[in-house]
Amino acid sequence: MPMKFPSFRTQREAFPEKLWTRCPSCEEQLFNKQLEKSMNVCPSCGHHFRLAAPVRLGQLLDEGTFEERDPGLVSQDPLGFVDQKAYPDRLAAAQLATGLRDAAVWGFGQIEGRPVAILVMDFGFMGGSMGAVVGEKVARAAEGALAARVPLVIVSASGGARMQEGTLALMQLAKTMAALERLRAACVPYVSVMSDPTTGGVFASYAAMGDINLAEPNALIGFAGARVGAGTIGQELPPGFQRTEFLFRHGFVDRIIARPDLRRELAQILRFLAPEPGVTARG
Amino acid sequence: MVDRILGRGRDGKAGKDGREAKDGREETPAQLNPEDAKAAVWNRVQLARNLRRPRILELLAVIADEFVELHGDRLFGDDEAVVAGFALIDGHRVAVIGQQKGADTEENVRRSFGMPHPEGYRKAMRIMELAERCGLPVVTFVDVPGAHPGSESEERGIAEAIARSVGLMTRLRTPIVTVITGEGGSGGALAIAVGDVVLALENAVYSVISPEGCASILWRTTDEAATAALAMKMTAADQQALGVVDQIIAEPAEGAHTDPDETGRRLKAAILRELDRLAGVPIDVLVEQRYRRYRALGAYTELAGPVSTPTVPPRSGLADRLRGLFEAGQRAMPAPLQVGRRDEPPAREDV
Repeated sequence: MPMKFPSFRTQREAFPEKLWTRCPSCEEQLFNKQLEKSMNVCPSCGHHFRLAAPVRLGQLLDEGTFEERDPGLVSQDPLGFVDQKAYPDRLAAAQLATGLRDAAVWGFGQIEGRPVAILVMDFGFMGGSMGAVVGEKVARAAEGALAARVPLVIVSASGGARMQEGTLALMQLAKTMAALERLRAACVPYVSVMSDPTTGGVFASYAAMGDINLAEPNALIGFAGARVGAGTIGQELPPGFQRTEFLFRHGFVDRIIARPDLRRELAQILRFLAPEPGVTARG
Repeated sequence: MVDRILGRGRDGKAGKDGREAKDGREETPAQLNPEDAKAAVWNRVQLARNLRRPRILELLAVIADEFVELHGDRLFGDDEAVVAGFALIDGHRVAVIGQQKGADTEENVRRSFGMPHPEGYRKAMRIMELAERCGLPVVTFVDVPGAHPGSESEERGIAEAIARSVGLMTRLRTPIVTVITGEGGSGGALAIAVGDVVLALENAVYSVISPEGCASILWRTTDEAATAALAMKMTAADQQALGVVDQIIAEPAEGAHTDPDETGRRLKAAILRELDRLAGVPIDVLVEQRYRRYRALGAYTELAGPVSTPTVPPRSGLADRLRGLFEAGQRAMPAPLQVGRRDEPPAREDV
């Protein structure tokens, strides 16, 4: 059944566009135009704001090179899940709010002229949670990268597996890892970029398993939610726990990269991993 | 209320317990009113968590003729929340792996209440790789509230260990039989539960997050844990209907803990049957089938064409299209309110 969209025009008149954003870290009031220019990084304290998937793609890829694949994938409601709201209603609301059909977008593009398969996640869509669609897109991105023999880049932003899809969401860990294992066996490189936040089942599958793991500064990255951990075992958690720098110190991140440098650093790493399009490592 | 439901269930099928259970329980939650269904599911969760429920070591005592436990991950230490080793089951040499909760407080402290640290999963991987090299099938026994959520667990990379173990199992070139014997708690369970066949004991449960965790996030109170358990369809029968579990093994009497020996015998028969069946499948076919199995799980549909957001002009440049999408998202921010209001009297919307 086609979804009925409310009129955007009346909404726009009723709510004038927001001009200012308060930085949650330093409380500075930031002019939105200025924030956009600084790649959604606070110019005064360096706080990295979360990015919508299309904005992330725009920041990383050469202009005009992105070709989206599998845009038509939408989740079903296999459990008939209802909490305070029915799952299909939550999906519809998230689709309206983001203009996306689910929490991930994938396709082919170029970074400084080097072709890549790229998947980016959008935390704005139900907390970037991984259900059947995200899992399927990750698997197809890995299979697509393998078929085209181009490196795979995944930018994660997710609270973990989507509870509303139950164990079928959990099974996406196995689905994505199965596809990535084949990519690895075929020696096609995979770069994982972790942004704020990357937690739960997404961290415990493809996000943690890059040939190269990159992360944005001070992102929340961890397996168990801090409250879950403290509640279950009553343990005091150290400061800075589950932040990028904590992971870096413990050896699970190759490089911490501020957003303005990400595209350039990615391109540099790709030059080592896949020297020239169509040329082998020894060539 | 639990007793009432159990009573009704028992009366309804007195004398034919075993056969009934194999066909799937009669009182599926759909046929009960919501409160009774909740209580029935919660009763299953309690049975799965029963302190006297047999774990891998108790089950192996019945199933295996010989058992040699192996220790250590060769990287950090030995995690007693995971038991791994070799077992001889009716002439079959197999590698066995499972989580082990403690029977009393002292043992529970030693075994971290059955919640493995990364070294537990790394020990499991070491044994799986060994089994692959030596041509032994792998049998796993899954019973875990979840992987250990503490800071040491994070420091040593619990997420990496789970991801790597799941990945290894998807490509392991030897048959894998998995049994969910108790609690199938999220990634901590899946890390040793990727198999060619997934069996479950009748009162086992399997979920993406603990019902308490789910309730605290979606209902903002752990009091709704039973509601969350029902919503997540976490019973073995529901998991079979979803295709996550292949086969259910009936439990004796009032549950596995009341007769561990009989539970072990039933489990042994099922495991042997599956080992024999899988032994006849060429390994390349088996690994491809396993890939297809997990590749196919998940419910989605595929619509034709791009997202039908009215503000995105077709065939424009990438930057325009991305900007359009982003702005559409921003503009639509108040829209969810509208969706919510649709259910309410129109008078209110007019105001």
